[in-house]
Amino acid sequence: MIRVVLPYPLKTLAHVDGEVELTVEGPATLGSVLDALEARYPMLKGTIRDHVTQERRPFLRYFACQEDLSLEPANVTLPDPVISGAEPLVILASIAGG
Amino acid sequence: MSSVRVLVGTHKGAFILTSDGKRQKWDVSGPHFIGWEIYHMKGSPADPNRLYASQTSGWFGQIIQRSSDGGKTWEQPGTKPGEPTKTPDGMPMGESNKFVYDTSPGSGKPLTTHQWYDGTQHPWEFKRVWHLEPSLTDPNTVYAGIEDAAIFRTTDGGKTWQELAGLRGHGTGPKWAPGAGGMCLHTILLDPKNSKRIFVAISSAGAFRSDDGGTSWKPINRGLKSEYIPDPNAEIGHCVHRIAMHRSRPNTLFMQKHWDVLRTDDAGDNWREVSGNLPTDFGFVIDVHAHEPETVYVVPIKSDSEHFPLEGKLRVYRSRSGGNEWEPLTNGLPQRDCYVNVLRDSMSVDSLDPCGVYFGTTGGQVYASADSGDKWFPIVRDLPPVFSVEVQTLA
Repeated sequence: MIRVVLPYPLKTLAHVDGEVELTVEGPATLGSVLDALEARYPMLKGTIRDHVTQERRPFLRYFACQEDLSLEPANVTLPDPVISGAEPLVILASIAGG
Repeated sequence: MSSVRVLVGTHKGAFILTSDGKRQKWDVSGPHFIGWEIYHMKGSPADPNRLYASQTSGWFGQIIQRSSDGGKTWEQPGTKPGEPTKTPDGMPMGESNKFVYDTSPGSGKPLTTHQWYDGTQHPWEFKRVWHLEPSLTDPNTVYAGIEDAAIFRTTDGGKTWQELAGLRGHGTGPKWAPGAGGMCLHTILLDPKNSKRIFVAISSAGAFRSDDGGTSWKPINRGLKSEYIPDPNAEIGHCVHRIAMHRSRPNTLFMQKHWDVLRTDDAGDNWREVSGNLPTDFGFVIDVHAHEPETVYVVPIKSDSEHFPLEGKLRVYRSRSGGNEWEPLTNGLPQRDCYVNVLRDSMSVDSLDPCGVYFGTTGGQVYASADSGDKWFPIVRDLPPVFSVEVQTLA
């Protein structure tokens, strides 16, 4: 079970309160977890990654185990604590605007 | 008894203001979509309880919201949780916020670049939906004006959107350039007497018309004069801020350009200036009285570098002669120390008698007049900056 923490506006869109728990088929990579997230919550498609390029939206970051995974390729395997469910994958909206 | 529903899009959410036909006591619902920019909300003329909203964010991109109960509840019209997101042959389903430019070879001459601020060519990049224009006859058909400028259409209630690529592809697209607010398609007018005719306006490319339901387009800017571009009389490149139409006379259009107020009586083939005695002819909004096709409203703004009313006095100007002769309407509006702006989609009229006129400001006020503009009052004073105001008159 993979745990994902969404920023508040995306929780509202997905109609969820706390963390999201996902089952991922095959290797748990950044890309496969985001695929599973969008399959379960299709209203989030396009809000985290671009519809066409699948690139991360500029003001969002991915963190896990206090590491910034934002610049990692989609096929990078997530850290073991994330795969075991001990730690969540955090999708973080940057603080911007001053 | 008739009632009125005012749909207000703001910098931090949507608000719905309702009143009976007297328009004296108002209920305020909201904020809906709190924290998100709501560029525009509009109801379907064919089903007033069907509303559409453009919800957008610099962080999370574009969302389309739809209501089927007059704004009490909302949904994203795409695929529901738990439903398959792809068809059996692998095609994506129901992505209501997916606006992808048409680059297929079969749809005219799809473009990949337009002119950038420095004169170089720049790729077309989707940013947001500025304006949603529901069909006059079908609640599931809606046109969307987007930035970077293009027009899209849905025929399934917003589940999927397709570009009408003939607009970008008609020939002048590589010369279009963004204005200060971006290169947005902000005005869509559907001709109530000719279902094949559509008018659009783009900042800062100008006005365009289709006579075949959106397949092909042509610029309609003859008579526009813009001193700030290399050729003031160019076919395109004019910063049109807003166009308005009266339903009974769809060949007559009124335009608030960057500078100048203009009108056409031949569906845009020729325009003439009707700024007349306006104290300044810069502005954003323009609208037409619901029952008097020659009665027009504008809110003059000081200049393109000073986006507030002249002398700090918020004045709506009304012409009862189709332009040229304008009178200031001030009763109930602040006449000192007022430095708000009134953005291009922020004025609307109801169809009651007497006609109600409404506008919102960047200071968060929504002003209304229940007597065609003679007297004004604020429905609300302290909303976030208002992006758009649309009015529905309900039976």
